[in-house]
Amino acid sequence: MIEKVITIKNESGLHARPAAIIVQKANSFKSDVFLEKDGDRVNAKSIMGVMMLAAALGAEVKVIADGKDEKEAVDTICTLLESDIDREVKQ
Amino acid sequence: MGISENGKCITIERLLELGYEAEDLLHLRIVTNDETLQKEISTYDINRPGLTLTGDYDYFDYEKLQIFGRGEYSYLKKLVDEDKLENIYKFFSYMVTCCIFSHDNEPPALFVELADKAKVPVLISSLPTNILVTRITRILEDELAPRTSIHGVLVEVFGVGILIIGKSGVGKSECALELIERGHRLVADDVVEIHSIADTLLIGSGAKLIQHHMEIRGLGILNIEHLFGVRGIRDTKQVQLVISLDEWDSKKEYDRLGLEKSTYSILGVEIPLFTIPVKPGRNIPILIETAAMNYRLLKMGYDSAKDFELQLKKRIEDEHHRDTEA
Repeated sequence: MIEKVITIKNESGLHARPAAIIVQKANSFKSDVFLEKDGDRVNAKSIMGVMMLAAALGAEVKVIADGKDEKEAVDTICTLLESDIDREVKQ
Repeated sequence: MGISENGKCITIERLLELGYEAEDLLHLRIVTNDETLQKEISTYDINRPGLTLTGDYDYFDYEKLQIFGRGEYSYLKKLVDEDKLENIYKFFSYMVTCCIFSHDNEPPALFVELADKAKVPVLISSLPTNILVTRITRILEDELAPRTSIHGVLVEVFGVGILIIGKSGVGKSECALELIERGHRLVADDVVEIHSIADTLLIGSGAKLIQHHMEIRGLGILNIEHLFGVRGIRDTKQVQLVISLDEWDSKKEYDRLGLEKSTYSILGVEIPLFTIPVKPGRNIPILIETAAMNYRLLKMGYDSAKDFELQLKKRIEDEHHRDTEA
């Protein structure tokens, strides 16, 4: 199991659309992927859970993955969370 | 007992808020300064400091909530009036968590002054002592209870709280949707928050923001309360049964008899567990309804599997007797 703490860089936080993208990406991995904010841990493969975090710009989120492709999973999800997802959606 | 094992604590400020949120159940107000609002409580046990005030400090549970009922209050007043302050000074030399006066009794000014200095919050409630103690214990026990959140769906089926778990995409939400359609209730989808009461009961509820919402692949986010009305929802429910939906694996052995009981552990509480393999053509909601009814039968003292096994054994014995007699 590996974990990494990152800070949300998306201007409008993890609202519905970015959350959907993260869930989609998380589902492409075999490992179990979780996000944790302020002690609340949710499954990164479920959209309601990710949205429940209501993570705003600057919030610290821990990405946890456990399984065969855990390293790739954490790297990919962290890169996504730290990018400006909104802009990527528009492009 | 009474002390939160997970190191959880709440501030006096939060306790006052909790009281207000619950329709002002506690009728509490604070008389010491604002600094004392930040004092933390980590226990829901209470102590009546009568003995302590008379000077017996041998077993003084100073970390518990000190409740001053009529008796303690009148004795305290007597001490102040007669200027016998030694025991009061001694009282505040301990790290007292908090003092609460019932029956709307105003503590003597000197007592509040000493409490301010010792940074001990002093609260007054207009409730009678017994009611105050029951309510405050219940509120604190709830707030200090161990908590966890589980990825799954909590539904109430025929009055039984059923937690459906399983991998993403196995069809937990779809299954819950059909159950709601059939007249059952949704408590929480996706993130089920669970806390334990007295290490025996598990109470589940939904996270505030997403409560009574559901995500169904292909349809998106649904508001169950608006779609099905109040009959389709419930705020909290005890978790009594866990159903794990597994993708059908032809190599795996599934329970065929129901004689051996498996359990699922949440916060150290064991809950009966049924593992149901999912495969096209199996109507999972009906299986869950049946599991709920069978659970109720079991609670009423009837175990279908055991009863059938007894009958079978009896039949075999009878046959055996007939054979040996013949």
